Amino acid sequence: MEHKEEVLERIEAKGVSRRDFVKYCTLVTSVLGLAPSMVPRVAEAMAAKQRPTAIWLHFAECTGCSEALLRTTYPWIDEVVLEVLNVAYHETIMAPSGEAAEKSLHDAMTQYKGKYILICEGGIPMKDGGVYGKVGGKTMLDIAKAATKDALATICVGNCACSGGVQAAKPNPTGAVSVEKATGVKTININGCPPNPINIIATVVHYLLLGKLPALDAKGRPLFAYGMNIHDNCPRRAHYEAGEFVKKFGDEGAMKGWCLAEVGCKGPNTFNNCPQVMFNDGTNWPIGAGHPCIGCSEPNFWDEQSPFYQPI
Amino acid sequence: MAKYTIDPITRIEGHLRIDVEIEGGKVTNAWSSAQLFRGLELILQGRDPRDAPHITQRACGVCTEVHALASIRAIDDALKAYPPALGRLARNLVHGAQFVHDHITHFYALHALDFVDVVSALKADPKKTAALAESLGNYPKSGSADFKAVQERLKTFVESGQLGPFANGYWGHPDYRLPAEANLMATAHYLEWLRLQVKAARMMALFGAKNPHVQTYVAGGVSCVQDILSVDRLAEFLYYLKEMQAFIDNVYLPDLLAVASFYKDWGANNIGGCTNFLAYGNFPQNSGAFASEKMFLPGGVIAKRDLSKVMAVDPAKITEEVKRAWYSDGPALHPSKGETKFIKPDYDYDGKYSYFKAPRYDGMAVEVGPLAQVLAAYGNGHAQTKAMVEAVLKHLSIPATALFSTLGRAAARCIETKVIADAMGGWVMEVIEEVKKGNLATAAEWKWPGEAMGAGLIDVPRGALGHWIHIDAKNKIQNYQLVVPSTWNLGPRDAKGQLGPVEEALVGTPVADPKRPLEIIRTVHSFDPCIACGVHVIDPQTNQVHKIKVL
Repeated sequence: MEHKEEVLERIEAKGVSRRDFVKYCTLVTSVLGLAPSMVPRVAEAMAAKQRPTAIWLHFAECTGCSEALLRTTYPWIDEVVLEVLNVAYHETIMAPSGEAAEKSLHDAMTQYKGKYILICEGGIPMKDGGVYGKVGGKTMLDIAKAATKDALATICVGNCACSGGVQAAKPNPTGAVSVEKATGVKTININGCPPNPINIIATVVHYLLLGKLPALDAKGRPLFAYGMNIHDNCPRRAHYEAGEFVKKFGDEGAMKGWCLAEVGCKGPNTFNNCPQVMFNDGTNWPIGAGHPCIGCSEPNFWDEQSPFYQPI
Repeated sequence: MAKYTIDPITRIEGHLRIDVEIEGGKVTNAWSSAQLFRGLELILQGRDPRDAPHITQRACGVCTEVHALASIRAIDDALKAYPPALGRLARNLVHGAQFVHDHITHFYALHALDFVDVVSALKADPKKTAALAESLGNYPKSGSADFKAVQERLKTFVESGQLGPFANGYWGHPDYRLPAEANLMATAHYLEWLRLQVKAARMMALFGAKNPHVQTYVAGGVSCVQDILSVDRLAEFLYYLKEMQAFIDNVYLPDLLAVASFYKDWGANNIGGCTNFLAYGNFPQNSGAFASEKMFLPGGVIAKRDLSKVMAVDPAKITEEVKRAWYSDGPALHPSKGETKFIKPDYDYDGKYSYFKAPRYDGMAVEVGPLAQVLAAYGNGHAQTKAMVEAVLKHLSIPATALFSTLGRAAARCIETKVIADAMGGWVMEVIEEVKKGNLATAAEWKWPGEAMGAGLIDVPRGALGHWIHIDAKNKIQNYQLVVPSTWNLGPRDAKGQLGPVEEALVGTPVADPKRPLEIIRTVHSFDPCIACGVHVIDPQTNQVHKIKVL
């Protein structure tokens, strides 16, 4: 292992303060459930001389997952792009368009063949040969097949890539499916609509650090984030036990922060670390804002967890 | 005449393809084509109406929140359950924060690279850059050491040989006009905003639960009763707002003016300009049906660039045409009666060529968005907007007619951001006043009405957004149609052959180098499209597609 001082010096040369860097590494290490002694190794993985290449593809989606990643603060998004990863292709942030953009994709897939991390956002329309979604004249299906083939690992970000998403809801007009189903390649699924950026980053770090996938549940989701049930960890759980329920929005129970089960909360069906990490750096989360959980990190939640305002 | 196809167009949301014909260094014809069909309207049929805001919000995650808002307004309208004061104010605060987040992010992350040559920033003198920044505004982190640090960071990045998203840019293009120092300053501000936008998102999460994709709008109001009644939350909102206002006044507005000063000819020659405009208005100051709402930013319709005659919006005059879109042919229909019979996408320049329908107002193709909203407010005499428009025109020494341009669109986005940000503190105080008076209701009472129709119209960062819902007697969605800003702006030709607004805007745009169509991308980006696209070139003699670089 490289000496800790050298790692920190290189990080400082990149414009990141030691304090911020160590703070970030500690956070990632704890989200991953690793021992504190792993902090220096996380730091090393994040400060590699040659930045690991990531290719981020957009299929049938809304770009909400990319936006979620923009909200990361450990590291900040400018650090992810300039210092942590080599984001060789990402349509929302990249400078080139058209053929120049396609060249960026082709170059990265060739130069880093077998070494790039593929991150997919969006489902794949399969109906009629995949004609309902195209980029640069190619179907999303063909693009996904080509890109997954030579990837070191394929990480699906968000419910669309993980399980087809909103466009796959009944009657699924375009035959949208998950990336895994469309390509036959096993994927790591960071589910959610959108997922919490801390879970995206922690998964990437885990892979870089340990060189293997994090432990996954039966749905391909990392257990470090999706191993816990929302209802079991909900700060309103005591009200559930006491039989104190919100009956309608804005009522006395709502003002007192009572349980949302009777207005449709899907927390008992849903596995995610929202109660612990919340969103936007711990600012708030749906149940905190008095709104029932809609189960957005469960596959096919648009059909299986709806109607959202009816009790389970 | 050579045809050029740009596919994918990047730094937008979604999948967009633009085709142009170029003759004598200028665009002479243009086609705008949406390349993805998702079928949300079909998915909504038969569902619980209250689920619609969650589903429609997933139309776009960049302009998150807005579809949830239009959808809940349509449901309010159908249920005749209009929100009490706190519900209305909470919605306005979340919606206002979305404008601040979205507009500034668009300028720096999506639009700036059409004006700013990042590579040129490496050659800048940090001392001169600091002097330039000081002459424009009073913002911390603007010393020569700060700019030198940014430059060093860029150098390290470039020397790594891994250029990531900046590889294959149009660096060195002749229409990058800014001096190296302005490029360095803008790059530093781009990086600064990437960090500050996190706080703009937190503003939304305070009352919206999270960003992206808020989860607080419920029929007749909001769910976030504990948040909106928390003085702590309100104070936190104000604290973030102050930071946003400092950035807008000292960075965003000065940067916009600095960039604009190098492109005055784009204003003078109305490059990228459209003819007709529509805005629904924004931030209701009372609750009720659309026609009875008094909007903080008044809406209106402007025909033939006549600012002296702003007409009231009549939603009955909206139709959607499918003659040139990948849907089965049918008559022009009002959205409340709209159909979604999609067909396979066979691109035909003389026939159907897009998954966007062509919305029309009273038969006119109309531009929607910040420019339309600012023009409507200006024409209606809205004091704050009028003062800001006049200050910008005076600073640049340009006439009001220069607003009908790509540049006018970028300026209007900044003006709109400032007017909204400056008003939000007052809305927080209104919340306090309601609480003092004991008006603590956050959601209206309602009952299922039987069969009912509702419309939810509101301006959002990309322009006029409308949702129409038809609820059946069993309390299920019978029909649902969305007419979104990007459909207005990027929609195709209609049955009469009238071009859509972005198509109209592109005609006449000068192109220095067709293989690097920076100017085209600049105008397309000025509409802040919500669909991703790219560029290829077609030679009409051989029908061969030449691929070209677009940045």
